[in-house]
Amino acid sequence: MALLAASGIGISFGGVRAVDDVSFSVNAGEIFSVIGPNGAGKTTLFNLVSGLYAADAGNISLNGESVTGLPPENLAAKGLSRTFQNLQIFFRMTAIENVMLGRHVHENKSVFRHLLGLPSTGRQNRETRDYAMELLRRQKLEAIADQPAGSLPYGVLKRLEIARALACEPKVLLLDEPAAGCNATETAEIDHLIVEVANTGVGVVLVEHDMKLVMAISHRVYVMAQGRMLMEGKPAEVANDPRVIEAYLGTDIQGGEAAHA
Amino acid sequence: MRLSWDNRWIVPGLLLLVIVAIGLILPSSYYYRVGALVLISALAVVGLNLLLGYAGQVSLGHAGFVGIGAYAVAVLPVHFNVPTPVALLLGAFFSCLVALAIGRPILRLRGHFLAVATLGFGVLVAMVLTNEIRWTGGPDGMTVKRLEILGERIRTPQAWYWIAGFTLVIGITIAQNLLNSPTGRALRALHDSEVAARVAGVDVARMKLTVFAISAVYASVAGSYLALLNGHITPDSAGFLHSVELVTMVVLGGMGSLIGSVVGAAVLVILPQALTLFHEYEHLMLGVFIILIMVFLRDGIVPTLLQRLGRKP
Amino acid sequence: MLSEFLQFMMSGLTVGAVYALVALGFTIIYNASDVVNFSQGEFVMLGGMVTVFGTAAGLPLPLAALAAILVAIAVGLLLHRLAIEPARGASPVVLIIITIGGAFVIRGVAQIVFDKQLHRLPGFSGEAPINFLGASILPQTFWVIGGAAVIVLLVTLFFERTMIGKAVLATASNRLAAKLVGINTAMIMALSFALSAAIGAIAGLLVTPITLTSYDVGTMLALKGFAAVVLGGLGSPAGAVAGGLILGLCEAFSAGYLSSTYKDAVAFLVMIGTLLVLPNGLFGTASAERV
Repeated sequence: MALLAASGIGISFGGVRAVDDVSFSVNAGEIFSVIGPNGAGKTTLFNLVSGLYAADAGNISLNGESVTGLPPENLAAKGLSRTFQNLQIFFRMTAIENVMLGRHVHENKSVFRHLLGLPSTGRQNRETRDYAMELLRRQKLEAIADQPAGSLPYGVLKRLEIARALACEPKVLLLDEPAAGCNATETAEIDHLIVEVANTGVGVVLVEHDMKLVMAISHRVYVMAQGRMLMEGKPAEVANDPRVIEAYLGTDIQGGEAAHA
Repeated sequence: MRLSWDNRWIVPGLLLLVIVAIGLILPSSYYYRVGALVLISALAVVGLNLLLGYAGQVSLGHAGFVGIGAYAVAVLPVHFNVPTPVALLLGAFFSCLVALAIGRPILRLRGHFLAVATLGFGVLVAMVLTNEIRWTGGPDGMTVKRLEILGERIRTPQAWYWIAGFTLVIGITIAQNLLNSPTGRALRALHDSEVAARVAGVDVARMKLTVFAISAVYASVAGSYLALLNGHITPDSAGFLHSVELVTMVVLGGMGSLIGSVVGAAVLVILPQALTLFHEYEHLMLGVFIILIMVFLRDGIVPTLLQRLGRKP
Repeated sequence: MLSEFLQFMMSGLTVGAVYALVALGFTIIYNASDVVNFSQGEFVMLGGMVTVFGTAAGLPLPLAALAAILVAIAVGLLLHRLAIEPARGASPVVLIIITIGGAFVIRGVAQIVFDKQLHRLPGFSGEAPINFLGASILPQTFWVIGGAAVIVLLVTLFFERTMIGKAVLATASNRLAAKLVGINTAMIMALSFALSAAIGAIAGLLVTPITLTSYDVGTMLALKGFAAVVLGGLGSPAGAVAGGLILGLCEAFSAGYLSSTYKDAVAFLVMIGTLLVLPNGLFGTASAERV
């Protein structure tokens, strides 16, 4: 059974059909990349799957359970997590607090207990902090744990967002251009991290423009153009497909390189 | 934020020390009255800070809840023979209910719209209090029956200084507890990015409602104390000017700083007392104040000081 | 019956015309600079008060009115220069609080320079009520409604036919692009404050013979003007005018047929109702956050 499955989903903005009749499925442990020229609808697709937009057609299911139309906060509890193309970091909080927030779905939520400051809250804080620290350690970010996020460099924040997304122990992880703006070392680290995460059984959906990264680690690639699927297949198949090359021609030289890779 | 579970006793502890120390050396009733006013205002400001400073939701009508609390202890004992402590609790409870009721639709709004919607709420409360003369005494207000404990009428400023002081310490402790908890982190997060908070599983709508209701309770209790301290209350307590004063106290002291709430309240209560000019030119002085702070000291007194001293607020 | 209805309707249109002008002023400033200017109501107050004190000091009415408009413009420019400009880029909350501060300052100064009394002006063309289908209408009513109509027409022509007007629209639409094509956006924003102030002042001096004026009428007017903007849709001049007139009519009819005690509450109820049912107002457009 697919971890994440979408069938026939779509949405319009004004008169524009931003996403039209998109269907795909992602299995546990799989790295499923969505590529396409700018404006193809990739981020819109993410917003649909993560509940930020409501699809006006089609269904989405998580672990066999229909989740169509559910808001993001409900999806997090069901094991779906994501990062953002334009960083959505909590700049006024420290790095570790950002990751701790990612733990929200697993925390005790009783406001009364929090107001009263019972020992159980102290324990909860400690547990959450320990878990978050461990995630930071995995990404070698423990040194900046207590620094305000607003003071950290872009590349670090990109990785921080991934740590935050991992804190909820997702079954499906959507990564929206996680390596954008990162240098070669950072990209390699993120590359490595994504593979590690997938190996633990998480289904990873990746939107990326870095073709080397996509071709190197993906199990399957889904190509979008103008809101629709262009084709779907293994990385090598997709890289050599003339339709894909044409869709990218003139807008992305890397696509051309990948075609000859 | 230097907030942490383990040193969360420092701020309330220090505050208690300062309140007791000052309380022992004040020379006359007048000073105790000013002190009591500072502490009562600070209580309302702490609540408002949770909403405005930490969760980032602007409320320009918070005095409405102050008015509800104030008139609860005025109207209920006089017209319905409800004992004063019960009236206070009922006022707080009612404020909480009102906050939950109007909060649900209103908190979906952002920025200007939220500001004006809350402003509208405050003005409506003040209007009702002014117009329902039969119950509230109208624009001139009504007399408030003093609190009685074991037959003793609590009417001296000294008594209210201590009552307000201890209540404030408890109030700040509760606020700190909230901030150092999963709920507190969720509130701070939704201030920075609602989208990311939702995606991480935070029920943002519910959180906003929760903090709105909590801040309403703080304001209500402060309002009740104000009425009982003065022995008299007017609809101005719920008015726009008062709401703006409360917001100014939050911003002046520092949004997102609990100590700042107390400092902001202290400055805005003491300054008019020190410059008797102020009363005549209330609007003008408050306006100038607001503009100066917003242009030159936007982070507020306490955070700016802490930054200058090289530490995180 | 009919005469009563007409009475309320005319009264509603009169006060609605004032709300429409306040709302129009809000919209012009908001469109040019993203600032919701709570001091808008104070310009109306200045229009009335300066004219009153001007005539009391011996100036003929037209000169006093002109003085009022100039004073309002000066105050508007000062407000922009001293309070808004220094806080460029601040969050909406901070800006709102600043304009509230500005309103308080203007009101505070008015309190000192003038006084706390209610004042009125004589009707521009006499006090004798005109009989209109059985309703008794003050001649000043037509001044107000007519004056407002003329202003709306002139403003519309300004935006659609003059270069400066188009520059304001351009700045409103995309400030950076406007700068890049050589528009002096700082001047445009100052201009929008001046224009809104003038509009507010004219509304004030037109309506003072009917509603009287005092140093503190500004707050309620600003709030109701904002309610009109919400009803019409933030950012839409046509919406502002429509919202103002509708609001005025709602107020007059509910005061006439229901209760006049809570007349002032109507604006807030309409506003809150609109925010909940039709968040973008009658003519506004939705905006989405890009993630």
